[in-house]
Parts: sequence; structure tokens; C-alpha cells
Amino acid sequence: MTFDWEVVDEFMPRFWDGVLVTLQALALGTLIAFALGLVWAMAQRAPQRWVRWPVTAVTEFIRNTPLLVQLFFLFYVVPQWGPSMSPLTTGIVGLGLHYSTYTAEVYRAGIEGVPVGQWEAAKALSLSRGRTWSSVILPQAIRRVVPALGNYVVAMLKDSPMIAVIGALDMLGEARQFSNETFTTEAITVVGVAFIVIAYPASLLIRVLERRLVNNT
Amino acid sequence: MSTTPDSTTENPPVDGSELIRFDNVTKRFGDNVVLDDLCFDVSSGKHVTLIGPSGSGKTTILRLLMTLVEPDSGTIKVNGDYLFHEERNGKLEPAGENHIREVRKNIGMVFQQFNLFPNMKVMRNITEAPVHVLGMAKDEAEARARELLELVGLTEHIDKYPTQLSGGQQQRVAIARALAMRPQVLLLDEVTSALDPELVAGVLDLLRDIAQTTDITMLCVTHEMNFARDISDDVLMFDAGKIIESGPPEKIFSEPEEERTQQFLNAIL
Repeated sequence: MTFDWEVVDEFMPRFWDGVLVTLQALALGTLIAFALGLVWAMAQRAPQRWVRWPVTAVTEFIRNTPLLVQLFFLFYVVPQWGPSMSPLTTGIVGLGLHYSTYTAEVYRAGIEGVPVGQWEAAKALSLSRGRTWSSVILPQAIRRVVPALGNYVVAMLKDSPMIAVIGALDMLGEARQFSNETFTTEAITVVGVAFIVIAYPASLLIRVLERRLVNNT
Repeated sequence: MSTTPDSTTENPPVDGSELIRFDNVTKRFGDNVVLDDLCFDVSSGKHVTLIGPSGSGKTTILRLLMTLVEPDSGTIKVNGDYLFHEERNGKLEPAGENHIREVRKNIGMVFQQFNLFPNMKVMRNITEAPVHVLGMAKDEAEARARELLELVGLTEHIDKYPTQLSGGQQQRVAIARALAMRPQVLLLDEVTSALDPELVAGVLDLLRDIAQTTDITMLCVTHEMNFARDISDDVLMFDAGKIIESGPPEKIFSEPEEERTQQFLNAIL
């Protein structure tokens, strides 16, 4: 069996459609995961127990059920009584929500790594709770965890093909459909290479950030 | 120590009126009674040193005033206001966060481990709270920070991060940071214990200077007995959560009445 470049050529328009979906899912999913994860992590340190325990329950639940089930749930069950969203939007929300429970743990570790003396000094200066978070705790906590957060971006990239099950055709979804229609395999190889082309520079970037932020304090 | 009656004026002048008052304060950690039905007061402008063996409760006094821990029973008043309580319909009830913050603004603290904010340069370490807590204009806060850095002798380090400074320099920045809030009371918690020996003198000289040239009230936990002797108006000797002896430093250090005080002083001098 030979590798047919003409098939690759034919696949290209749909490949770029798929790349666009993958990158959108990754970028917006990351945004949601980073922002929501921070909300979870901070809520778990709220003074009120009625804030802490529901957040813990929800995040544990999401983290311990498969992303695939969550995507099906968001796409088929939620619209029966809630908002119905396009496949891509559902995929983005699903990825973001799922990964927010992981980034929450990363933030939590970062927050716990800030010495208790920092909280005490903030209190001694009467800084408000919001100000303590935004100017003292988070700048120190996030700096330490940027590399760990970056790893989840790469992990999310690798999980992104799952959104094809609800009809959001990412680059792998496009390739599978194309291959089934044409009885060829080249498209799958192209997508495999594309994953490396996106993921490897991302890993390098994370390593650079690690050197800049963590070792240089 | 004075036993003047409550003065509840808004901003009492430094006239020896009562600034801090502990009434029957008890604090336990588990079964361990750290403060046992403690009563004392400190008059405005006084410099009071708390001495005693470790675990005797002296640091807990400072942490209570900073509201880092809460008393199990009893009341604490600062400048005539209850620190942990509010009066509603003539009854004492636990105070809300805002009330506690308002009362605590009168108090500044310097820690053993400095606790400067490593993500901020020296300048912002000092201006952060005046700007965001007192609502001071940024220019004004920075001008004030420069004055304070001059006082502590660190003007040239204004644009450095804390990790670029020695321990002694960091502690002097921490003192400037506390003073920037213009507190009526300054709490000093073993401020030289984490310093290399050759850096201790500089910090103590600075504090002596502040004690002599300002009318700030000081509560000081220290093992530096010469320093305590120099700056203190009163020395409180703690043991097992109680004040077992108090008086001017000449008396406590030279002719203590209590056996336990003598033992403690012999052990550390």
C-alpha cells in the first residue's frame, strides 16, 4: 500500500475545516477551564461551608465521570429542559467544564503553596478579602502552577476529538468521515502529524514558561 | 499600667488613656489553655514588652489583637471599641467582618518572618494597603513610602523585590510597611529572631529610634532583654497563660519578686 498524495490534496479543504474546529475548541475550552477552575479553587476556600461543600461535590462528580458521558448529557439531555447549543458550543462547554475540575486542583495546590504568613500579613494590613486574593495570593499561586496548567492544555488537545461524537467535526472527525467515504487512510496520517505539530510546540512553550516563572523567583 | 476608666472618644490624644484592654480573656488550643482568664490594659503611647517561656501565651496576645485567632471567652477593647464584639440593643454580639476590620486598622504588626509580599517591589509593599484600605491617593502614598524608607535607611532599594534584600533589610521594609498605615499600636512579634546575628542591631536601633521619636504604642514580644530594658515602660512576665508579674523594666530585670521570673531571666541572660 502506498501513500497517495492526491488523496491528501483532496482531503485538505475538509482538513482545514477540522483544524478550525479543533483550535476553537482548544482555545475557548482552555479559557473556560482556566477561569472556571479558578472559581472552583477559590470557592473551596470560602469561609462559608454552604459554598464549599456543593462546589466540592460538583467538581468531584465531574472529575470522576467520563468526558464522553458528559458530552452526551450536555447535547441530548440538557436541551430537554435547558438551553440547546450547537455541537461545537456543546463540545467547548463540555471540554471546558471537564478540565476546569482538573485545573481547580492545580490552582488549589498553588494556593496552598503560598505561605500562611502571606495571608496573615494581608490581614495585618486590613486588606479586603478580594484584594488579598487578587494582589497577594493569586499572583504567587498562579506563577507556580503555569506549567501544570499548560500540561492540561495539551491533554485537552488530545481529548478534543471526542466532541465529534456529538457532531462537532474536529480534524480527526473530518478525517474519519473522509476516510470512510473514500476508503482511504491518508487523512488519518495527516491528522496524526497535525496533532504533533500543534502539541509539540505547546509543550516547548510550557517548558520555557516553567524556566521563566518557577525557577526564577 | 494604668487603670483609667473607659475612654471612648473618637481619636484620643496620647494622654495615657487606655488603648488596649483585655477582660477575662481565655484561649484554648484543644486541652491546652494558652491564656487563662487574662486581664490587662495598655495605655496610649506606652511601650510594653511581653516576656516569658515559649508557650506561655505572649504571642497569642499579639495574634488575638491581629484577629488571627479568636478568644474562647472574654472581651478585648481597642481604642474603646470591642474587637470581636458589637453592641446591639445593649447586648454584646459577635462582630461582623467589617467591624473587625475597622477596629483592626488601628493596629499594625511586624512578624518574625517579615512576610513581605514577594510579588511586589518594596515600594508597592508599602503603598498597597494605604491605597487600597485607607483610600489614599497613589502619589501621596508613594511620598509617604519614601519618607518611611528614609527613616528605615533603605531609600536606594525602593525598586527592588524583597528577595533581593538581606533579612535585616526585609524586616526594616516590613516595619515601614506597618507604619505606613499610621497605626496607633505596633505589635512586634520576635522581630529579630529570624535574623543573622550581625543584622539584629540595625533593626533594634531602628525600633528604639521609632519608640523614642514617635508616640506610637508598642506591644513587643522579644528575647532581646537589653532591647526590652531600653524601650519598655512596662514589662509583663507570662507563665502558663497568666501574667505572674509586671512592672517597669528596672524592677523586673533587677529585682523580680517572683521566683519563676528569676528562673526565666537566669535561663536566658
